[in-house]
Amino acid sequence: MKNKNSFFSGKFILYLILILGAIIMVIPFIWMILTSIKTFGETTQVPPIIFPHIPQWKNYSEVLSSLPFGSFYLNSVVSTVCKTFGQLVFCSMAAYAFARINFPAKNIIFVALLSLLMVPRHIFLIPHYRIIQQLNLLNTLPALILPGLFSSFGTFLLRQFFMTIPRELDEAAVLDGCNHFQIYYKIMLPLAKPGLVALGIFTALWSWNDLLWPLIINSSPDKLTLSAGLALMQGQYTTNYALLMAGSVLAIWPMILLFIVFQNYFIEGIALTGTKA
Amino acid sequence: MVTEDLKSNQENKTKVGFRNKRKYNDWMWAYIMIAPLMAGMIYFYFIAFFQNFFFSFTDLNAFGKWSFIGITNYVKILKDPTVWQAFKNTAFFTIVSVPISICLSIFVAYLLNSKIKGRTIYRTLFFLPVVTMPAAVAMVWRWLYIGDYGIINYFLKMLSIKGPYWLNDPRYAIFTVITVAIWSSIGYNMVIFLAGMQGISSTYYEAAAIDGANSFAKFFKITLPLLTPTIFFVSIISLIRSFQVFDLILMMITEQSVALEQTQSIVYLFYKIAFVFGNRGYASAISIILFFVILIVTIVQTKYQGKWVTYDV
Repeated sequence: MKNKNSFFSGKFILYLILILGAIIMVIPFIWMILTSIKTFGETTQVPPIIFPHIPQWKNYSEVLSSLPFGSFYLNSVVSTVCKTFGQLVFCSMAAYAFARINFPAKNIIFVALLSLLMVPRHIFLIPHYRIIQQLNLLNTLPALILPGLFSSFGTFLLRQFFMTIPRELDEAAVLDGCNHFQIYYKIMLPLAKPGLVALGIFTALWSWNDLLWPLIINSSPDKLTLSAGLALMQGQYTTNYALLMAGSVLAIWPMILLFIVFQNYFIEGIALTGTKA
Repeated sequence: MVTEDLKSNQENKTKVGFRNKRKYNDWMWAYIMIAPLMAGMIYFYFIAFFQNFFFSFTDLNAFGKWSFIGITNYVKILKDPTVWQAFKNTAFFTIVSVPISICLSIFVAYLLNSKIKGRTIYRTLFFLPVVTMPAAVAMVWRWLYIGDYGIINYFLKMLSIKGPYWLNDPRYAIFTVITVAIWSSIGYNMVIFLAGMQGISSTYYEAAAIDGANSFAKFFKITLPLLTPTIFFVSIISLIRSFQVFDLILMMITEQSVALEQTQSIVYLFYKIAFVFGNRGYASAISIILFFVILIVTIVQTKYQGKWVTYDV
């Protein structure tokens, strides 16, 4: 009897803590959405009101029309897609070579790549700016993309993934007269799909949410991404939180949607990098 | 006899020739396949790394003009109280936020690792902040923390506490950034810890159950010790990440805030000096120092891992 009681209360506390934690996680999002449909007057009311009197959906259209929000979206989408695709192609090709072929200086090159993992990215910002400046690409879309096309992390991640695929499969392909590119393209890529999806998701997430690089490299509003656009908005609207929150909602929903759809890939991808290291 | 020898010799020769041909063919493919990545890495990363080192000994400005000035930048940093303060802020931010986040996420992971209903839903909700743009996260938390209309101060008022102007008070501003950093990192760490916990063999728990261990004993005697490799990994990546905090500071603490000096991180200061003031050479030197700080902290951590990290036998 006593045992059953303590079991019940134990479970009860467990759920209580989890629900409380979940509420703390979600409140900022709910507050963001509620604020985004209030009037300016309602946002500054004391005591604060929870629900707006009449939902001000026009806040969204105001944000969309007063800033080049369309350009922000376009730049965010194009740069994210390009970076993700580029990394998947370049990293997976190199990862195949590192995982499957023996070639001179392989280890030196691989260790050099790995050591780049240790270098914080701000080290590269000033040289990157200069490269973009010298290429005459300041304030352009390619400027947002170029340095992000290559990644040592991605190469490392995919190489680890390729190593787990049994070699018998490509040996059979060699006997069939396939060359390395064909083995990579026809055998390894389909088998490494979970790894590719994980890297794709990581890259998309980083690219979409990155603030520092777009802020540095592009200054004209129509060449900014959503994150840098939000920073610009904060400077413009300062205290009009209804509009700032509407902008935030517009900026975050694509990644949240992506996460909800590909949830297991996100989780597995992180667990993969976390346990393999 | 002789002819047979000759024959096998010839066969060997062609075999070696074939092998060599195959080897060179392999090499060619390998170099072709790593070429695009390596070209990009060399151009954008390897050369850039040494370039940045070099610039730290120059007075490079926003227009790309520079002259060599030796270690002047480094000497200047030693005497620059703003840089010291930014390092202190970053260290404080890291020392407070990383352990709290790790403890909380182990706790949540442990709860989620037990048999409960709706596990995926909790996991999803805790993970939501991880996928949310930090700029937007910072903005909504700024709104929650704001002095006059923020709901945090409203709740405090209900408990008859007068909340301060969090974002403008040098004593508290850094704690607002710390709470947001913890809030947005719990989900990420939790997922790694969950994977780590699921990797612990159930035989340990079964043996402990036979010995009559309660869940506290199980957690502290089995889960925690066997989780130390994961804790080690998470603490290293968290340290590296929080040493580079930028987005939250930029978006939460405005240029006009009197708390900026006591809150700004080293990467934020780097950004401001390099790209707002255009003093690139000086900023390079700051970035190099941060690089070494992170490197040393990582090396020290790795060196002392033997003292507390238990690997499964």
